[in-house]
Amino acid sequence: MTMRVLILISSLLLVGIAQADSYEVGQKDKKFTKDSLEIKVGDTVQFINNDPFFHNVFSLSDAEMFDLGSYPQGESRDVTFTTPGEVEVECAIHPEMRMTIKVQE
Amino acid sequence: MKTESWITPVILVLCSLLATTAIGEQEYTFKPGHASLQEWLLPAVPYPADNKPNAERIALGKMLFFDPRLSGDGNMSCATCHSPLFGWSDGLPTAKGFQSKVLGRASPTVTNSAYNHLQMWDGRKSSLEDQALGPMLSSAEMNVDLNKAIKFLQANATYVGAFAKAYPKQGITDESLAKAIASFERTVISNNSPFDRWIKGDKKAMTKQQVNGFKLFVDPDKGNCAVCHSAPNFTDNGFHNIGLESWGQENPDMGRYAIKPIGLMKGAFKTPTLRDITLTAPYFHDGSAATLMDVVNHYETGGSVKTNLSPNMKALQLTPAEKNDLVAFMKALTTPPQAFTLPVIPPNNF
Repeated sequence: MTMRVLILISSLLLVGIAQADSYEVGQKDKKFTKDSLEIKVGDTVQFINNDPFFHNVFSLSDAEMFDLGSYPQGESRDVTFTTPGEVEVECAIHPEMRMTIKVQE
Repeated sequence: MKTESWITPVILVLCSLLATTAIGEQEYTFKPGHASLQEWLLPAVPYPADNKPNAERIALGKMLFFDPRLSGDGNMSCATCHSPLFGWSDGLPTAKGFQSKVLGRASPTVTNSAYNHLQMWDGRKSSLEDQALGPMLSSAEMNVDLNKAIKFLQANATYVGAFAKAYPKQGITDESLAKAIASFERTVISNNSPFDRWIKGDKKAMTKQQVNGFKLFVDPDKGNCAVCHSAPNFTDNGFHNIGLESWGQENPDMGRYAIKPIGLMKGAFKTPTLRDITLTAPYFHDGSAATLMDVVNHYETGGSVKTNLSPNMKALQLTPAEKNDLVAFMKALTTPPQAFTLPVIPPNNF
């Protein structure tokens, strides 16, 4: 019985991991390539710099605070979102660059 | 003759290749009026939906901008630090505020501030309307008692009439005061420099040296200037720590970090426009560069203090002639100054 429960829990965890999706958001012409994005808890967003100069990616939102530093064209950094809520994502260097990520349960 | 017939096209092709520079993914052809350069021309002046400029608003804003009676000591106006005599700045390394107290940052020019996405060196104000009252109310700057200033305006028949025409039914409030000043500031525009005329196709508007300076300016492997001083207003509207010596001092000015507490913003300041740059010396937010050559010399080093330096900064490989070309180019960014007519401010009520 205990073994069956363990197998069931393991299966559910594996299914959970398998269901986590990855999304890609570019930084191009001093804009994020998406104005908004809806994802689930556990999903990962990859931020790619497609401009020929450095960008930064950060959020000071309660739901997910992060600062990915600065990186040049062609490089990317990932964030896995762990808390439901609305996350404002910005570039500190170019403050007109903004987007919103809605993280759902 | 045969030799000439094939040499000439080859030379032309080689010249054409030399005249074209790839800036990242942007490729420029350095010919006056060329389509690839048109992004450097400024668009129409933007304004917010609730403050469309008109003659009455601009005239009212001009009076308010130059009226020292609004200030705490009755002796400072917006124009004290943003004077048309000094390219709408003050010619000082850093501003002098209330009772001549020396402030920490240079007075930024009003010129083309209408195009800024954010105002102030640290971007803490989001619009000209938002910005207008900031220095007025600051105890270190104009030290305005707003209630007293509004009462002064409400007691002056000329101002009452001017506000009624400019902002009907809105009254004389901090909001209409700020809107009027912002409307005037949107008329302080530089968009007819030799550079602008050359971009539009006037071959004689810039010298060969200035055109070469432009090439160096946009070339990431040479001047690398346009990485931040980008088209069309010579600013990316962004924030960068450019490694000035003042950043290495004890308790330095943290700049943008005070507004956006992200590590990269420590010591970062807004990229200023370079339009009318010859009128606004000294340069940098701390006024530490007396001349444009001092500015170029700073960037050549890649920054004096490397801590938290903007990732866009790098040491430059420039010959003395190239540095002179860059300075010559920046001198082509000034619209020929015109005599400025001061407003007649409303007389005191007796």
